[in-house]
Amino acid sequence: MRIGRRDFLKMTATGGLALACAPTLAQGRPHHDLPPAAVGILYDATLCVGCQACMVACKQANEMEVEPGQGEPLWDAPRDLSARTLNIIKRYENGDGAVKDRAENGYSFVKRHCMHCLDPACVSACPVSALTKDPASGIVGYNEKACIGCRYCQVACPYNIPKFQWDSTTPKIVKCQLCSHLVAKGGISACCKVCPTGASLFGPVEGLLAEAKRRLHMEEGKSYDFPVASLASGQVQSHRAGRYLEHIYGENEAGGSQVLLLSGVPFTSLGLPELPEQSFVEVADGIQYAIYKGMVYPLVLLGGLIYIIRKRVSTTGPAQSGGEEGV
Amino acid sequence: MTARKPLGGEVLSKPFKILLAVALVGLLFIGKRFLFGIGSVSGMNDGYPWGIWIALDVVVGTAFACGGYSLAFLIYVFKKGEYSPLLRPALLTSLFGYTLAGFSVLVDLGRYWQAYNIVLPRYSNLHSVMFEVALCIACYVLVLWIEVTPAFLERFNKTELQARLNRVLFFFVAMGLLLPSMHQSSLGTLILMAGYKLSPLWRTGFLPMLFLLSAITMGYAVVIVESCFSSVGFRRPLEKELLEKISSFMPWVLLFYLLVRIEDVNLRGYLPLAFAGDSKGNLFLLENILLGLPMLLLFSPAYRKRRMILFLAAFSIMLGGALYRFNTYITGFDPGNGWHYFPTGPEIMVTFGFLAMELLGYLWLVRKLPILADLSRPARAGG
Repeated sequence: MRIGRRDFLKMTATGGLALACAPTLAQGRPHHDLPPAAVGILYDATLCVGCQACMVACKQANEMEVEPGQGEPLWDAPRDLSARTLNIIKRYENGDGAVKDRAENGYSFVKRHCMHCLDPACVSACPVSALTKDPASGIVGYNEKACIGCRYCQVACPYNIPKFQWDSTTPKIVKCQLCSHLVAKGGISACCKVCPTGASLFGPVEGLLAEAKRRLHMEEGKSYDFPVASLASGQVQSHRAGRYLEHIYGENEAGGSQVLLLSGVPFTSLGLPELPEQSFVEVADGIQYAIYKGMVYPLVLLGGLIYIIRKRVSTTGPAQSGGEEGV
Repeated sequence: MTARKPLGGEVLSKPFKILLAVALVGLLFIGKRFLFGIGSVSGMNDGYPWGIWIALDVVVGTAFACGGYSLAFLIYVFKKGEYSPLLRPALLTSLFGYTLAGFSVLVDLGRYWQAYNIVLPRYSNLHSVMFEVALCIACYVLVLWIEVTPAFLERFNKTELQARLNRVLFFFVAMGLLLPSMHQSSLGTLILMAGYKLSPLWRTGFLPMLFLLSAITMGYAVVIVESCFSSVGFRRPLEKELLEKISSFMPWVLLFYLLVRIEDVNLRGYLPLAFAGDSKGNLFLLENILLGLPMLLLFSPAYRKRRMILFLAAFSIMLGGALYRFNTYITGFDPGNGWHYFPTGPEIMVTFGFLAMELLGYLWLVRKLPILADLSRPARAGG
């Protein structure tokens, strides 16, 4: 009788372990919807002239150091996003690079910074909630008082956005926070404010998405009004519509983001990763949820283990099991 | 019961002095890291934010330190009391492996002085895999220290304290089985978040299970290798029948692991990547050969009786398991954008330094505390 029960317990314990490892996805993890007052940026590569005014404004607004390139340190010339550069304009060029927004024998600009994901991997990864998604604005912000510098956010971010101050003795994680300090005062992101052509456009994400869809329906070469700075600014400029790819990057990528991009050149050529609609966070968290939801499995396992081990001590005694009193 | 006694003998042996020197060099570079930042010592970068301090010292190191966990499982859950002579030395290795993995994390953490934020309710992120891993490992280090406390108490004849500890020890033994099951599998879940950056040869929903299985097999392998080393190094008889017995079921665990490992890649349709001839494919093959060969060897009872084969097989399992984990965290990881990572000399010395400290602690304590079973007696207890 006792043997039977013991074997049963043994099975439950090992079964619990096996369960703990099964790659089942929990259904319980909710999809992340757009926060009520979600703001973001629509970047339209066909409007961008590569003037880099946004990069200068970003440095000023966020009090970032300049990052001289190779050679004489005369001006800010970062090669890529870094712990000193939150926002960058990069250039794609193919063949003779003659025509703008064309993949072959053409060129295009692209602006890179934090995408402010709807289901941010960095926020889910961070063990100390140093990275958080604002419940209202949806801005993914950073709190250095919480951060322990484990850099899991860097591993997790599909866009390689968070940067670390490798040369500092008190290093921080650095990333675009959508100028949340300006937005809190009713302002807009510095990069959008200075953009002379409206290529970087600030606004509520729903409005930006509608604007992006409007542009995809434009007839190439015809003149249209394009809002500048922000959707609510009232400023418009007239431009000829460029040739758009039928794809709003960020609408669905990795569960969607609050930064959206339009381009005439495939986004992978511009250095943006091709991502599935289901975020990797959802996959990883699903497994974690399945195992640890309510700590049920670990507690059951612990109970089983305690039961078995106590039984070992009382029934077999230390003389036979030979371990208890001395482990 | 198992009789154990301190090994005695000269602590400051020649290997001890060499290890001491290595540890000191490591400490020197650790000092540099704290004075001038991680970048001054390490080759890590924004594309490869985790280097060997995490991949080797923690992810591989704690698996090597799973000997105590693996044996405790046999002894307590599967009621194989005869293995208990091996348990204390294994627990001691686990203790140093985990404790130093903990220190390595502190060296690696950018903002180490705020590390306690993890346990502050206002900061804790219960949804973070890292949160769980960090907490579990920290708790397990404590549990390990409590589990080896009887050795200290025996040494200093604190019988009353010992009796009191024995009454609650069952709880810590249970925790000692639960915690590694949790965090060793979670070390697999942890890297799943890297998504496309991790090659499909390693990225799978089975990562938690494969990591747990690899920890268990590596744990047993370490017990065998460690016994062989202390038998040669300290000129003691080898616990041969015990090792032979342990090895009889190891190939079955390995078989299960390899079936899951390879069939999973196959089902997802990525097996051709293994034969692409590039470094990732070759490392995948090497990793599985290092585990497959010892499996074949250990299936044969005749080979299991041969000490040299036993040792080589166990060593190969250690290497294979380590390579699996290293590949998952470093070589199978590619953030794109042209990033590269290769550890710098000082960075490697820090890892060597930690390894040396582990060995030093082990060498010192087995001589001073009743850790190793007393094999001079004819009748070995428990078996």
